[in-house]
Amino acid sequence: MSRVTRFAARDPGPSARVAGFIAHLRANGLRLGVGETETALAALTHVNAANPDETRRALKSVCASTADEVTQFDALFDSYWLNAGRVREKFAPSERGGNAHSRNSREASGENAAARGQIHAPDDGAGAAHGEGTGTLIASRTASLMHHDMRKLVSPQDIAAAESIARHLAHSLAYRRSRRRRAARRGDHIHFRRLIRASLSTGGEPLTLPRKKRPDRRMRIIALCDVSGSMTIYARVFLAFLTGLIRADDATDAWLFHTRLVRISDALRDPDPLRALNRLSLLADGFGGGSKIGASLAQFAHGPARHCVTSRSVVVILSDGYDTDPPAALTDALTRLRRRGGRIIWLNPLKGWKDYAPVTAAMAAALPHLDLFAAATTLNDLATLGPQLERLK
Amino acid sequence: MADWRDLQQGMADHGYIAGDDLVMALHIALSLGRPLLLEGAAGVGKTEVARVLAALKGARLIRLQCYEGLDAAQAIYEWNYPRQLLAIRAAAEGGETGAGVEARIFSDDYLLERPLLQAIRQTESPVLLIDEIDRADEEFEAYLLEILSEFQITIPEMGTIGATARPMVILTANGTRDLSDALRRRCIYAHVDYPDRAAELAILQGRCPQIDQHLTRQIVSFVQTLRREDLEKTPGIAETLDFAAALAGLGINDLTHDPVALQAALATLLKTQVDRARITTEVAQRLAGQAA
Repeated sequence: MSRVTRFAARDPGPSARVAGFIAHLRANGLRLGVGETETALAALTHVNAANPDETRRALKSVCASTADEVTQFDALFDSYWLNAGRVREKFAPSERGGNAHSRNSREASGENAAARGQIHAPDDGAGAAHGEGTGTLIASRTASLMHHDMRKLVSPQDIAAAESIARHLAHSLAYRRSRRRRAARRGDHIHFRRLIRASLSTGGEPLTLPRKKRPDRRMRIIALCDVSGSMTIYARVFLAFLTGLIRADDATDAWLFHTRLVRISDALRDPDPLRALNRLSLLADGFGGGSKIGASLAQFAHGPARHCVTSRSVVVILSDGYDTDPPAALTDALTRLRRRGGRIIWLNPLKGWKDYAPVTAAMAAALPHLDLFAAATTLNDLATLGPQLERLK
Repeated sequence: MADWRDLQQGMADHGYIAGDDLVMALHIALSLGRPLLLEGAAGVGKTEVARVLAALKGARLIRLQCYEGLDAAQAIYEWNYPRQLLAIRAAAEGGETGAGVEARIFSDDYLLERPLLQAIRQTESPVLLIDEIDRADEEFEAYLLEILSEFQITIPEMGTIGATARPMVILTANGTRDLSDALRRRCIYAHVDYPDRAAELAILQGRCPQIDQHLTRQIVSFVQTLRREDLEKTPGIAETLDFAAALAGLGINDLTHDPVALQAALATLLKTQVDRARITTEVAQRLAGQAA
């Protein structure tokens, strides 16, 4: 997986180098075609290409096409043009197994350790450091430096099984139709009121037949999955489940959290499953480390939730409730989510155990805010959730 | 080839302080004749870019405001049915029939131009602003693809109309839904963010020169701190300008002096009940104190 991210000195000319750069961006998950190489070259003729700053901005405007990519771009630009052939840390192959408690950055980064000063460079957008006050200190102590290879965690068969379950659940949850009919281009009924109105302009002759249909009032699923150390053994099931949910419905959103929050929907939607998992491994930097459920959910409730949680949303939290934060943050986050009108479901892998009682501070604090608290230890548990979810609608 | 600096200067002369990334993207879009997609939170001045560009180039600004359910008839063109019907009846009474009538009623006279067709048929390059494209349906986005890449519109009865002068196209979006990759690929992209302190100061000085330096600085610091507060709706640059105007109108020359007036002026910055409740007089005073 390691990629030398520098232009080769033997390259015949600027076009080859720019093409190399586009390939480099493509390898890093930006969706670019041949057309972009052309545009990039054309763009460079309109700026002073000898000035790195101008070149950077020009290429950024051409190559980046979402806000996330804009934040990623600078680091990718540096690593290709300015970094003297350094291998990008996040792409370094990690052969080592899952010693989740390793805190030694040198070991973790293997042979490239000496080449790189910053391990936690927040350079792939996902890793934007949300440091505030004491949070940074704790996070840097507990964030695992291991780069887990998700391919070991999720097999294609798992995904297939989880996908069918998730699709089933998503359907039982997501599908809700309105009783009213609204104007629609392709509808099952003729919109009579509009027909009459439209016929006025054609002298009473109904030339156009406006139609109406029952709009889908879809419930949007937003899944938040805990991948902290205590959850590692369930991660396989849950990640497969998330992949399934994501692939079942375009509107579904998925996030991972351990000590911070990472959006993984786009990574999971990648058409190439292997690459999806690779992208996931990059995002899951810190996977298997400590858990800050309260802080992560608070970050979600204060940030992204403002756009994506409405009264037609179901927030699914997959976590065991072992939180290193005081429960106040969690309560506050859940209250906020509730106030936005969404339903909250907490799937806890421990609940399947005999004699389990939600006594951990976080879980106890969370319980009053939940619409459903259910077990989710295996895919089978998830499969039996359907009827319970039906009732929530 | 520092003409993107000229562009930046030109925009500044027209009262728009733009960041380097934005100006470069605009420069590239203009040089390559590609549409420019601007994304960012509400109130950061995306729409204003088009207005300033039109003023700068002395071009006509044609604006298409997108909304849910926007269709081709409202965005591209529509036949004027009542006139056509009248023409047919008149023709029937006059004894005229057949191909002649048909050719006449499907001619330019009976065509209602909507913004997109208008933009294509201008003799001098206009600025075409397609505002809040993410509010329109995906189907409409697909209509746009032909127009944005070929700059031509096909009307079945008349044939294909190509652009005589290529419009400068600016699309804006603020994340109501994800745009399709196909659309993104055709555009040069720039993300517009809230301005930093220096930029906001420059904007405020440019727009409200009558407010004195001390208060201007206070206003900018106040708004910048306010943006870091936990708000439902973060105030944009437009709100800052309103706020400044409100303070000037209330005759305030120092934020810390008159808590009641400040609280009243906050109506221009905080647009939801929850935000109003959160920024109480005490909080506002604390923020103003920090800003002073």
